Amino acid sequence: MLELIAQYPLLAALLVLVGMGAVFGALLGFAAVRFKAEGNPIVDQINDILPQTQCGQCGYPGCRPYAEAIANGEAINKCPPGGEAGIQALADLLDMEPIPLDEEHGEEKAAATVAFIREAECIGCTKCIQACPVDAILGAAKQMHTVIISECTGCDLCVEPCPVDCIDMIQEEESLQSWHWQLPDPVTRQVGIIATDAVAVSAQDEAA
Amino acid sequence: MRKIFGFHGGIHPPENKQQSLRTPIADAGIPPQLVIPLSQHIGAPARPVVAVGDSVLKGQMIAGPAGFVSVPMHAPTSGNIVAIEDRLIAHPSGHLARCIVIASDGRDEWIEHSGAADYRDLDKADLINRIRNAGIAGMGGAGFPTAVKLSLKPDTRITTLIINGTECEPYITADDILMRERAQQIIEGTKILSQLIAPEETLIGVEDNKPQGLAALRAAAQGCALEIVEFPTKYPSGGEKQLIEILTGKQVPSGGLPLDIGVICQNVGSTVAVYDAVVHGRPLISRITTVTGEGVAQPQNFEVMIGTPMSYLLEKAGYRPDNNKRLIMGGPMMGFTVPTADVPIVKTTNCLLAPSETELPSPPPAQACIRCGMCALACPASLLPQQMFWFAQGKEFEKLEQHNLFDCIECGACSWVCPSNIPLVQYYRASKAEILQSRHDNEKSGHARVRFEARQERLEREDIEKEAKRAARKKAAEERALAAAQGGGEEDPIQAAIERAKAKKAAQQADAGAGEENEQEKLEKAVTTTRKRLDTASAKLEQARADGSDLVAALQTGVDKTRTKLEAAEKALHDYQQEHA
Repeated sequence: MLELIAQYPLLAALLVLVGMGAVFGALLGFAAVRFKAEGNPIVDQINDILPQTQCGQCGYPGCRPYAEAIANGEAINKCPPGGEAGIQALADLLDMEPIPLDEEHGEEKAAATVAFIREAECIGCTKCIQACPVDAILGAAKQMHTVIISECTGCDLCVEPCPVDCIDMIQEEESLQSWHWQLPDPVTRQVGIIATDAVAVSAQDEAA
Repeated sequence: MRKIFGFHGGIHPPENKQQSLRTPIADAGIPPQLVIPLSQHIGAPARPVVAVGDSVLKGQMIAGPAGFVSVPMHAPTSGNIVAIEDRLIAHPSGHLARCIVIASDGRDEWIEHSGAADYRDLDKADLINRIRNAGIAGMGGAGFPTAVKLSLKPDTRITTLIINGTECEPYITADDILMRERAQQIIEGTKILSQLIAPEETLIGVEDNKPQGLAALRAAAQGCALEIVEFPTKYPSGGEKQLIEILTGKQVPSGGLPLDIGVICQNVGSTVAVYDAVVHGRPLISRITTVTGEGVAQPQNFEVMIGTPMSYLLEKAGYRPDNNKRLIMGGPMMGFTVPTADVPIVKTTNCLLAPSETELPSPPPAQACIRCGMCALACPASLLPQQMFWFAQGKEFEKLEQHNLFDCIECGACSWVCPSNIPLVQYYRASKAEILQSRHDNEKSGHARVRFEARQERLEREDIEKEAKRAARKKAAEERALAAAQGGGEEDPIQAAIERAKAKKAAQQADAGAGEENEQEKLEKAVTTTRKRLDTASAKLEQARADGSDLVAALQTGVDKTRTKLEAAEKALHDYQQEHA
C-alpha cells in the first residue's frame, strides 16, 4: 500500500487533501452542534435600539416582532417613536443607508408624552388596562383607573379603546431636575453664558 | 521646600480681585425676608420640618436631610415661617424650586447650642454627625455634602488632605479675605479634618497672588503639622483635579474620584464651617460672598445670611442699576446669569458679579473654527476641544465619550482663548446633558421591555391554563356521554325520562321537608330576638324615666311597637305548630 502511494505522488496528494477535508469537516460539524447560537443575535441588537414603547405603530405586535421582521429584511423606517435617531442607529448597525421615516406609520412626537386618565370621568371598564402593553394602568372593574406615570411609555394604545374618551396624552413638564443646557443656536451660536470675556481683555490692553 | 508640579494648559485672565479687597468683611445684616431653597447642594432636596406660622430661632433646623446624600437647612435668623412654596432661585434654567420663606423678627435670637469643649475627645462618628447636622455642603461652588465626602470606608487610606485656598477665578475674593481675617479658624478646622480622616500629610494650597492670606495662614499655622504651599497663579488651578496634580504630581484617573488616589480636597470656606459646627455648635447659616463689578459703588466682601435676596445685598454695596446689564452668580468663567436680582444667596454663592457692559461685554458673534488648536493648548484636562466641538455639532455622542467628554471640568478656558469666539463650553455642557438623558432613556426602555415581556408571558400562561380547563371539560363531557351510551344502551328512553322525573320529585319533597324544619326554626328565632329587643327597650325606657329624660315618649312608642311585634311572632309560631302537630 505504502509503496503504491510512494509510486504515485498524485495519489498521495489526493489522499492528504481528502483526509484534511474529512478532519475539518468533522471539526466544523462538531462546532456547529456544540456552539449553536440560540435564536438570532442580530434580533437582540435591533431590539435594543428600538424604543420599547410597544405601540404597534409599525404594524407588528410589539418591538421584538418588528426587530425580528427587520432581521428578515423589513424596512427600518416604520418606528415613529424611535424617530430619525433610531433609524440612524439601525442603519449604522445593519450597514444600510438611513431612509426618512415612513409617514404612513405616524409622525415622530416633538416631546415624550404620558397617558393621563381624567379620573372623575373614568367608568371603570378596564379596556385601557387590557390595551396597555406594559401593565402601566392600575384599576379593576367598576373601579377608577389610574396611570403609573413612571411605567408609561406613551404608546397611545389606551386612548383608542376608552369608551368615554377620558384619557389624554400629556407632555411631561420640564422641571428643575429634568432641565439641561441646550446646544447653542447652530446659526448664530449665541449663548447667554459668561466665560468669554476675551474681548474685555483686548479692550483693556488697548486702553493701557 | 516642596516640589510644585504643573498641569497642562491653563490661562491667565485679568484677575480683577483688588476692587473687592479694599475693605474688611462687612456684615450684611438681617434682611426683612429670607428665602431658603431646599436644594442648595448635590443630592436629594431637604425635607421641611416646620409648618407655615411656626416661629423659629436662629440656628434651628427647618428642613431635615432626605437620605444619605443630602443636608439639613437651618434658620439663619429668628422669625416666623411665612410660606413654604415654589420660588425663583439662582439657577440658569429660571425654574421655580421649593423654598422656605422666613420673615425675620430682627431679634436674631439664637437657639440653645453648644460645641465640643475639646474636639480631640470626640470620635469619628460623633465628628461626622456634628458636620452632617450642621448642614455643611462644599462651599467652593459645587455644593457636595461635606459629611458624605468625609464618610470613608474603614479600610480607606488617605495619603493627602488638601485644603483648597486657590480661588483662581477672576473677581472672586471670598476665600482670600477669609484667609486674611480668619486664618486661625481655617487652621483649627483643618486640624479637625485631619483628626477625622488621619491623612499622612495635610496641605493648604494657595496661589501666589494672595500674599496677605498666605502670611496670615503661615502665622496661624506656627507649630502645626501641616504645610502651606504657595504656587504660581494660573486659571484653573483651583479645580480639584488640577490642584491635586499641582501639589502631588498625581492625576486623578479618568472617570475616577480623588479618593481613588488617596486624596481628599476641602475648600477653606468649608473648613471654617466645620470649625464653627464642631467647636461652637453653630450650623451653616451664613457665608462670605464677594459683591463686585462696576455695577456696585463699593465692591466688597459680606458675611451674609443664607437666603438673603441678592437685591438686598446689592443695595448694601451701592447698586448702580444703570451701570449693570446682567447679574452673575459665581465668577466670569464658570458663573451663570441669574434670572432676576430677587433670588436668594445659597450655600454655594461665593460671588455676586454685577459687571457693566464695557467690563464684561456680550460675546461677539461666533466665527467658523479655524483649527488653530489654541483650545487644546489651554485645556487643563488635556482634551481636544476642537475635535469635540465637531462631534458635538454632529451629535456624535459615542465619539464624544471616546474623547473623554466627561473629564471636561467646564472651566471655560477653551472658550476664553478661542479667536473665533465659539462658546465651546456650552457645546460640552449640552452634550453631557444629552448623553446623560439618552442613558436615562435607555434604562427606561429596558425597563419597559422587561415589563412587556412579563406581560406577554402572563398572557401566554393564562391562555394555556384556559385551554387546559377547556380540554378537561370536553373530556369529562365525552366520558359522561360514553358511560351513558354503555350503561343504558338498551334502556327505553321514555322509561329513563320517567325515572329522572321521579328522582326530581323525590328531591323536591326532601327539600320541602327540610324547608318545614327551617320554617319552625325561623319562627322560634324571631320570637327570641324580638323578646330580647323588647327587654332592652324596656330597660332603656326605665332608665330614661329614672333620669327624667325627654325621650320617654319616643321610647314608650318603641316598646309598644316591639311588644306588638313579639305578640305577632308568638302567634305565628303557635299557628305553625298547631298546623304541623
